[in-house]
Amino acid sequence: MRPIASLLATAAVLASSIAAETTIIRNATILTITKGRIEKGSVLIQDGKIAEVGTTVNARSGAIVVDGTGKYLTPGIIDCHSHTAVEGNVNEGSVSDSSMVNIKDVINPLDINIYRALAGGLTVSNVLHGSANAIGGQTIVIKLRWGKTAPEMIFEGAKPGIKFALGENPKRQGYPPDFFSQGPPEPRRYPGTRMGVEEVIRESFAEAKNYQAEWKEYNDRVARGEHPIPPRKDLRLEPLVEVLEGKRYVHAHCYRADEILMLMRVADDMGFKIRTLQHVLEGYKVAKEIAAHGAGASTFSDWWSYKIEAYDATPYNAAMMMRQGVVVSLNSDSDELQRHLNLEAAKTMRYGGLTEDEALAMVTINPAKQLGIDDKVGSIEVGKSGDLVLFDQDPLSNYSKVLKVWIDGHEYFDRGKDLETRGQFEQRKKVLLDKENATPAPTNQQPANQKRGKHPNEASPTEVSR
Amino acid sequence: MSRIALTAAAFLVACGAAMAVDSNSVLIQNVTVHPVTAPDISNASVLVIDGKIAEVGSKAPAPAGVTVVDGQGLHLYPGLMNAATNVGLSEISAIRDSVDLDEIGLFNPELRAEIAFNPSSEHIAVTRASGITSVISLPGSGGNFAGLAGGEGTVISGQGALMHMEGWTWEDMAIKPSAVMDVDFPQIQMVPHQFVVLLGLPQRTFADVEREYKERLDRFSDFIERARRYKQAKAAAAPDFKSDIKLEAMIPVIDGKIPLFVRASRERAIKDAVAFADKTKVKIIIADPLELGSAGPLLKSHNIPVVLGKTFELPLRDDDPYDTPYTLPSQFYKAGVKICFGTFDTEFARNVPFEAAQAAAFGLPHDEALKGLTINTAEILGVGDQFGSIEKGKVADLILTDGDPMEARTNIKRMFIAGREVSLESRHTREYEKWSKRP
Repeated sequence: MRPIASLLATAAVLASSIAAETTIIRNATILTITKGRIEKGSVLIQDGKIAEVGTTVNARSGAIVVDGTGKYLTPGIIDCHSHTAVEGNVNEGSVSDSSMVNIKDVINPLDINIYRALAGGLTVSNVLHGSANAIGGQTIVIKLRWGKTAPEMIFEGAKPGIKFALGENPKRQGYPPDFFSQGPPEPRRYPGTRMGVEEVIRESFAEAKNYQAEWKEYNDRVARGEHPIPPRKDLRLEPLVEVLEGKRYVHAHCYRADEILMLMRVADDMGFKIRTLQHVLEGYKVAKEIAAHGAGASTFSDWWSYKIEAYDATPYNAAMMMRQGVVVSLNSDSDELQRHLNLEAAKTMRYGGLTEDEALAMVTINPAKQLGIDDKVGSIEVGKSGDLVLFDQDPLSNYSKVLKVWIDGHEYFDRGKDLETRGQFEQRKKVLLDKENATPAPTNQQPANQKRGKHPNEASPTEVSR
Repeated sequence: MSRIALTAAAFLVACGAAMAVDSNSVLIQNVTVHPVTAPDISNASVLVIDGKIAEVGSKAPAPAGVTVVDGQGLHLYPGLMNAATNVGLSEISAIRDSVDLDEIGLFNPELRAEIAFNPSSEHIAVTRASGITSVISLPGSGGNFAGLAGGEGTVISGQGALMHMEGWTWEDMAIKPSAVMDVDFPQIQMVPHQFVVLLGLPQRTFADVEREYKERLDRFSDFIERARRYKQAKAAAAPDFKSDIKLEAMIPVIDGKIPLFVRASRERAIKDAVAFADKTKVKIIIADPLELGSAGPLLKSHNIPVVLGKTFELPLRDDDPYDTPYTLPSQFYKAGVKICFGTFDTEFARNVPFEAAQAAAFGLPHDEALKGLTINTAEILGVGDQFGSIEKGKVADLILTDGDPMEARTNIKRMFIAGREVSLESRHTREYEKWSKRP
């Protein structure tokens, strides 16, 4: 890079980072979620945090001022169940207990669905392992800091989790070969019943307790000045010990009331807590028990009937669980649905008559509580992260759309800029395509694809899918 | 108001909500009427006689013996329509035994969705609860997985039926049994390599796929040509004429009475389908497109309508603008193409109003979004003279709401199908009632 260009670039970076320090959003309808609504209010974001909220805030020289007249400001939306940014398959399906694998190792910061979700107001995702195993892999909470590296996306201080799964998904691989199916049967993997799922979890935790005891004994002996041989480190049991010690949250995929109750009883017996029940479509049947255990419920707004364990689902589930004292959130489990969780929240007003604040809490402060990050995000309060979304109108209206998104006070999405740059992208694409078309085809050698033994007229699959 | 009067009023309201009016002649008073095809009328009445709309206006009279419904200042819209579903044919999608979609065979024009429509399906009441009074139920899922895997797949799945969302039998419920002919238009489609590996599918080159596509398209043209000759032979009472159930079912298609409901997702497939319609001289509707590309002028000049699939989709390509599927309906609209909305599924058939609303948030005029759930749908399906708006002489499919029916936070309060009030209870409200009472 030439020195002047380099200097300019540095200046631009500096300018933008300074600018990110202080932003004032003025004259917007502020939906704080926890402290009501402020008509024609303002929010000051400084040093990445919300510094002032009120009808007016003190002016700051050099602050970016955003006019929010007629617009709505909400905290960043939080999704308690996502698989976005997971590179490749979300399931390590070969074993019934895959607690040794970690989603943190496979976060792809270039997944375009991160940006698309951001454009829907999402700022935080609980990125989970799949549901193929009774005990699945370790999970991680990310902030959607598009453009940053994978380690920079990880939500600092958010407790990591582990995925559990009950019901049809973890037992499917245990089914006997289908009499009617064709082709070789897949190898069966224990468990094949809900009873087996319970046993896998119970047995793993029994092992984890023994393992925990071995280490305790070792550490006690070391403390006494002895020199014992340390126990062998077990990467499968380590995260389960962390669960027992309250250092790791359990996020359990479940559907039916019986299995929900089962898991909470196993947890009670083993002395740990279920942090969230995921999907939990029949949670409404055992809402009292869920509330008593203290588990959160992260459900769909209205999914049902795609399988037998989803046939007793009702979209009133969220409202019913909430009314029994359960902390309830609405999740996406989908690259698409995560783009409009505010509209999912609006459905709870129809199904169960929730208030606007209760509805929006389902995608902001409630998932924050479930992930143990409600001291940092989930509402517009002084001291919390500058994670904010500006909507063009009431976010509970199906006609609303996201205009701007900030994370830690830095603007990560701006619809106006997105629209402006589209032309540039198209132009750049056209230049490249024209260049490619202008390049004469090589005549003195075989075409590249013929070398691979294909027909010369054949296009590549990627060309076709364009 | 006195306490007694208040109690009496509350009692009447409770009765109104709980008891369906068991008559197909009603006068609905004190509502804002949204006719869709005309400006809104506030504080108006709609008179329904024998299931048909008899009067619309501020002073519609109440003939003797007609039940009067007090609309309490709510909004009256025409019943919403979903132009593409599998309602009635699929109950629990993961359980094959509960699914009657995608029959074996390349050409199945004789198959009728109508006769397999399960009037006891829980999906009917669930769909109804969102203000939807009628749907197209299609015999195909559009998946064509067998085709992708190099098997036969399907081109014609059968006849899609326009069904009312209320009735004791499928005969009661059928509005137009053979509304559309469900077609999975042949297209060049490669299976992504990871699925080939994951599902153990045969490895196929582009040349294989292209050859099969051409063969399939030729067979499709041939099939229509055979149907045309069959019709001529039948009309001429040719001595060696033998009846054929498949070709017989194609006669209304040849006559332009039933449009081919052509599922064509990509720009090239849309253009191919239009060329195919030109060549074979059949009427088509484009269904479930994922892009428009440069096909707009072609669709407009051929006057070909489009049934849009879900607005809530991800963009096709990584470098597409993030809102491409959201702006797709307005792209078609701006190209001058007549559009309406469908969901092409079962469990989310009830969410079609929200698919339309999302299009309205991203450029489609609000009234056009509403038309895409009502009058446009009716016209595209050939029942525009009977359905899709609140107009004198039309079938009284009506919904009473406390707001815009495309908003999730709006409540659908009451519904009339062919003038008769129907329940808005469903499996979902029943679970809600039952388990809310758990001590």
